[in-house]
Amino acid sequence: MLEGTIPSRPVYGALEIRPGRLHLIVADAEGAEAILDLAASAPPDFFAGAQIIYLPKKSGDKFVAGLEQLAPAQLYVGPSYEAALPRLRRVLAGAHMGLQVYLAGTEGLMGQAMLEATQAGIPHSAIQAEHRGSTVRRVQCVHCKGITEDVTHDPFRCAHCGLHLFVRDHYSRRIAAFQGVRVDAEDPGNIPESVERFR
Amino acid sequence: MTVIFKEETFHDDFTFRNSPEAVKRFPFPFPEDSYMYSVNLEPHKSYRPGSVYERTFDVDEHYVSEMRDRARVLAEDPLRCQSLPHMTLAGWDLLELIMTSKAEEYPELFELHRDGTKWHWINRPLGIEQKFTFLDETTLPYGPMEYITRQTQGDFAVLDQRDDNLWMDAGMVTTQADWSLDFDIGMNFFEWHAPVPKAHEMGIFQRALKFLLNVQQGSPARRLNWTMTVYPLLDTSPENYHKWGVMKKDLTLENMGQMMHLRVELQTFFRLPRSNALVFPIRCYLIKLDELVTVPKWARRFHRVIRDLPTELATYKGFVTNRPKIVEWLSKYDDGAPTSPGIWPD
Amino acid sequence: MSAGAAKIPVTVAEVTPVNELVTRFKFVRRDGGPMPTFSGGAHTVVEMNDKDRVRRNPYSIMSDPADRGGYSISIRRDDNGRGGSLFMHRQVRPGMEMVISNPINLFALDLRARKHLLLAGGIGITPFLAQIKQLAGMNGNFELHYSVRTTSLASYADELAANYRPRVHLYHDDRGEQIDLPALLDGQPLGTHVYVCGPKGMIAWVRKTATALGWPREAVHHEEFLAPASGKPFEVMLARSNKMIQVGEHQSLLEAIEAAGVEAPYLCRGGACGQCETDVLEYEGTFLHKDHWLTPAQCASGTKIMPCVSRFEGKTLVLDR
Ligand code: HEM
Ligand code: FES
Repeated sequence: MLEGTIPSRPVYGALEIRPGRLHLIVADAEGAEAILDLAASAPPDFFAGAQIIYLPKKSGDKFVAGLEQLAPAQLYVGPSYEAALPRLRRVLAGAHMGLQVYLAGTEGLMGQAMLEATQAGIPHSAIQAEHRGSTVRRVQCVHCKGITEDVTHDPFRCAHCGLHLFVRDHYSRRIAAFQGVRVDAEDPGNIPESVERFR
Repeated sequence: MTVIFKEETFHDDFTFRNSPEAVKRFPFPFPEDSYMYSVNLEPHKSYRPGSVYERTFDVDEHYVSEMRDRARVLAEDPLRCQSLPHMTLAGWDLLELIMTSKAEEYPELFELHRDGTKWHWINRPLGIEQKFTFLDETTLPYGPMEYITRQTQGDFAVLDQRDDNLWMDAGMVTTQADWSLDFDIGMNFFEWHAPVPKAHEMGIFQRALKFLLNVQQGSPARRLNWTMTVYPLLDTSPENYHKWGVMKKDLTLENMGQMMHLRVELQTFFRLPRSNALVFPIRCYLIKLDELVTVPKWARRFHRVIRDLPTELATYKGFVTNRPKIVEWLSKYDDGAPTSPGIWPD
Repeated sequence: MSAGAAKIPVTVAEVTPVNELVTRFKFVRRDGGPMPTFSGGAHTVVEMNDKDRVRRNPYSIMSDPADRGGYSISIRRDDNGRGGSLFMHRQVRPGMEMVISNPINLFALDLRARKHLLLAGGIGITPFLAQIKQLAGMNGNFELHYSVRTTSLASYADELAANYRPRVHLYHDDRGEQIDLPALLDGQPLGTHVYVCGPKGMIAWVRKTATALGWPREAVHHEEFLAPASGKPFEVMLARSNKMIQVGEHQSLLEAIEAAGVEAPYLCRGGACGQCETDVLEYEGTFLHKDHWLTPAQCASGTKIMPCVSRFEGKTLVLDR
């Protein structure tokens, strides 16, 4: 579970079927379970108008057969978000108003896909997102601007500039990341013990 | 009024200081002996000749040096000035607002000649002369917002208004109290205020937003905010926190009067006509404690405010560690006598 | 904050009949100076000194936002209304001095839109006239679908068609023409925003159809000025000013408060902006909430009323004003 904290930190709901001409579903790992749950309440023709972009990550092929069974118009199973990105952009470029976007899985994946969809012209508040699985964070170093993926510990070392950063709850949709700030800025070298906060 | 512009720095050797006249007109922010967040909004009307409230955009003795500092910060980090594509029109609105009010209120410093869309701008203090076509970006060296805010003291957040909210979709931010435009751009009113303690629960932001959404063309509003800064640093950005954070350690009882500054933001709100956006200029005024205590009423009151400030606020404002030292130093200037109401010196 | 937006003293420069129901009025500043620039979709509140009462009605500004020479509005005569449009049609002559408000925009274009789809019904065309001029001036991508009763009542249709032909589509009720809304909304590129201004039924139809087709709420904009409804007279106690006032049959609560010499905030006078929100201290009776501002929960709570459009029936009403 993710706890609600400050108002910039996204809150996630449970996916629900909404009217639309085309349903674009983007998920990673356990996010597949949210799609399968959604299927339980879907009208019979729903998946005939749906495209699924799925990145199994550590869950391997655990959920792939289940997704195939939904018989979506298109199912793409890919190795990483970077690999799936050109396809996602292509779908959005050709889409019309009435496109519904459903995101499920980790915050990093949902945040980045949300960014693509908003840049394509969909208001962020019209995009549904359901958190499932890992709570690891995507964090931007406020000093060097580099983004460290899959952060589990707080404080942690920036993968780019090497500073020790603490993880804030302040979240930027435009960067699709939380903010990391040098933990020992006022007292260099005094770095608190790193604890595992995100799994 | 003729202003003599000072040569001074806000980095490295930190030669910034206020003249006695500048101290007298300092916007002391405390109308009473204690402080808590409130919806402290009032019309931005001209008042008290000579005060910072007299003109639409106050130009003071630090103007030229502050603009040099801005250029320095931007050269280091251009991300301090950003404008999402739909905000260009608001940038022109802002340029028009600043140029017309400065030319009208400081005719000896600024001139604007308009012939239809052919505009001619003269900025004497900065030695700038520019002929350009209004609403044609190709005729200016920068985008309209960047162009004019490189010539205007204070930070600027330009807010798009939609869906009953304000969205920080453009800004020029180099003199900020520890927040990042690059990170906050695209956020709405509640999101960019997310880190502020207590005020959300107090309902302050909800009421403030309602007010701001209704700010009308020709009826600007203003409020004050404050914090404290060690060294006269204009740029206390999160980006550079790993450079200035450590300077807080330099503070001692001996150097307090010269090193510690009260930092006051005069924040104003204007509805922009073509874009229906709202512009939020945040003008930062710094004063050394040595300068502040030359006004006995301010010294007494400031001591009481800092001493009694709720811990959450002192922590958020970043001086909780240094507070005991600051209070000890200020206590020498507080004889316990009552203070008169209002912000002005007796 | 004081009541309403800042005021502009104006002279009526032109009164031009457009067709049998619609008349255009042009205002210029009395001091000869330029009008404030505005953004397409803005309205101005026109003050009318009608015998012993002051009416204040909002009208969309239809002239070019970049033209600071004057503001034009078009008013459709409403023979069964509360009298504002009849006053304008019958009493207002060129040369008359009037007072209007600074522009206020509650129907602004979303400048992020990839495309602006404008849907007008009847006199609802007025805000679009200004928006189209603004959009055309900045190479904006727009399309207008304008539904009129008859050719003779099609205000400004010829002018629009002549200037922007391929982007302007006209529909005449008397020829049985109707916007095929589902087909129109279907296939619009991602990032399109739709704007509707017209009769209540048309607005509801557009919002409902768009929602059913999966359009996000944020991409559907509408402007609807509610005229304050007439109703049974009622009595109100203004607690802070310690005044008992009567609200007449054809008077709004806000007008009655103003008539009693009590300053009350407002902007739109049409139930949309929220500015006039007033706390209810005590009541015994039923509220007739007509605004678009209060949430259903607030309406049910009996603690708030929007005096620009809403009324009350019952024994006692005490307001914090
Ligand atoms: C629309 C214009 C405004 C903008 C762009 C703005 C922006 C900001 C930003 C960026 C912060 C720093 C947040 C952080 O820590 O990251 C802040 C702090 C704050 N804002 Fe605003 N603000 C606006 C209007 C207001 C208004 C109208 C009020 C209240 C009436 C208000 C009250 C506050 C308070 C109390 C703080 C904490 C300041 C402190 O303790 O030092 N703001 N604002
Ligand atoms: S005045 Fe706008 S809602 Fe009443």
